[in-house]
Amino acid sequence: MLIDWFTVGAQALNFIILVWLLRRFLYKPILHAVDAREELIAKELAEANAKKAEAKKERDDFERKNVEIDQQRAGLLSKATTDAKAERQQLLDEARKAADALSAKRQQALQEDASNLNQALRRRTEQEVFAIARKALTDLAGISLEGRMTGVFIDRLHAMDAKAKATLADCVKAASEPAVVRSAFALPTEQRAAIQMALEEAFSTQVRVRFETAPDLVSGIELATKGQKLAWSIADYLSSLEKGVGELLKEKARPGAKAALAGQPGEPEEKNP
Amino acid sequence: MRLSPDDMIFWQHGFVKINGTIVFTWALMLVLAVGSWLVTRRLSTDLRRARWQNLLEIVVTGIEKQIEDVGLRDPQKYIGFVGTLFLFVALASLCTVIPGYEPPTGSLSTTAALALCVLVAVPLFGIEEQGLGGYLKSYIEPTIIMLPFNVISELSRTLALAVRLFGNMMSGTMILAILLTITPFIFPIFMSALGLLTGMVQAYIFSILAAVYIAAATRQRTPRRNPAPKP
Repeated sequence: MLIDWFTVGAQALNFIILVWLLRRFLYKPILHAVDAREELIAKELAEANAKKAEAKKERDDFERKNVEIDQQRAGLLSKATTDAKAERQQLLDEARKAADALSAKRQQALQEDASNLNQALRRRTEQEVFAIARKALTDLAGISLEGRMTGVFIDRLHAMDAKAKATLADCVKAASEPAVVRSAFALPTEQRAAIQMALEEAFSTQVRVRFETAPDLVSGIELATKGQKLAWSIADYLSSLEKGVGELLKEKARPGAKAALAGQPGEPEEKNP
Repeated sequence: MRLSPDDMIFWQHGFVKINGTIVFTWALMLVLAVGSWLVTRRLSTDLRRARWQNLLEIVVTGIEKQIEDVGLRDPQKYIGFVGTLFLFVALASLCTVIPGYEPPTGSLSTTAALALCVLVAVPLFGIEEQGLGGYLKSYIEPTIIMLPFNVISELSRTLALAVRLFGNMMSGTMILAILLTITPFIFPIFMSALGLLTGMVQAYIFSILAAVYIAAATRQRTPRRNPAPKP
């Protein structure tokens, strides 16, 4: 007989025991481990995905911020450029104004210098001329300069043209006040009389004269009546001198004048052998 | 000449006896249980794992996949029964390379016991899944006339299971024994290798047929898995 029924029963029991044993020691632990690993992997994948998403978000944020910063920087740069241009323009304007002011000041100082020099020259020249003339007149004629000055004044009075003489005569006649003869010094009585006589002779009328001393005249005699004036002083001769000196100073004030003079023809040319 | 290890009797007391079949079965049970215990006592659940754990995971998940492919929706529920059938039969065949060993599956008593286990387990799983009424109703499908045929089919397939495995294992051992007496050199090695192959095939067939029977009993009218619509 191929089948032994006791063995069949024993084997069936064995098999059932084996099923239990393998369930206990093989399938459950292994399947549990596999499930746990799958769970772990799924968890790690989910974490990785979350991190990836977070990283992407951060990258997006970073890029957005970068763009913002770039825009801000460009804006600031353009603003700074504009400001700098405006500042530069302002500084330039200020510098130009300052330079102009300085230039004007210098010009004015130069003019003042010229004017002072002019004044000094004039005074000096007047004094020199006065001294020379006094000396020369004293040396030559032996009469005082005042006497000669009175003579010149009288000559002038006579030398006036008829029209001017008539105008002056009308003024003298119409004046309620006496005519004033100013001189830098007190005239001696004989000269006063000479002037009186010359006036009466010139205007053919009785002339009332009052003599005054005016130290600012320096030298000279003048006749003033009702707005008309006849005068002789060294100032007359000096006025032309003053004019010439003034022109010379003006020429000096022009910096280009000298340079222009330097380039004029007539300079000795260098000749090649 | 022994036809089956049943004839190798170590101890007997009347009806009760301890023969080669039982002893070799115990040995296999010991190897399986102790081997599993040794490997699974220190399981790692992270990505690094020992070689033996890897091997057992491959075996267990492979069996699980096969059960799922047969059509059982909850393979973990049936893996204890079907997987043990496969592992026991497969190890019994594999160990034929050990001299002096005789596979317990080469005994008709063992294969009959396994087939009886299947015969009992299939209705149990069926009743558990669809209730007693639902399971019994499957015997009178499509008409009540089919009842005797269904019962005969149930019994005959159990018989077929038992005899198929027994025949294959026994014949393998027999052929080896006969060849050893005729051509003791080289040729028995090829036959032994062939025996290993047929043993593995038989283990696969036995467990897969059991799974198919269980699947038939548990999902009589439920359609096979619906393929998920592809996105």
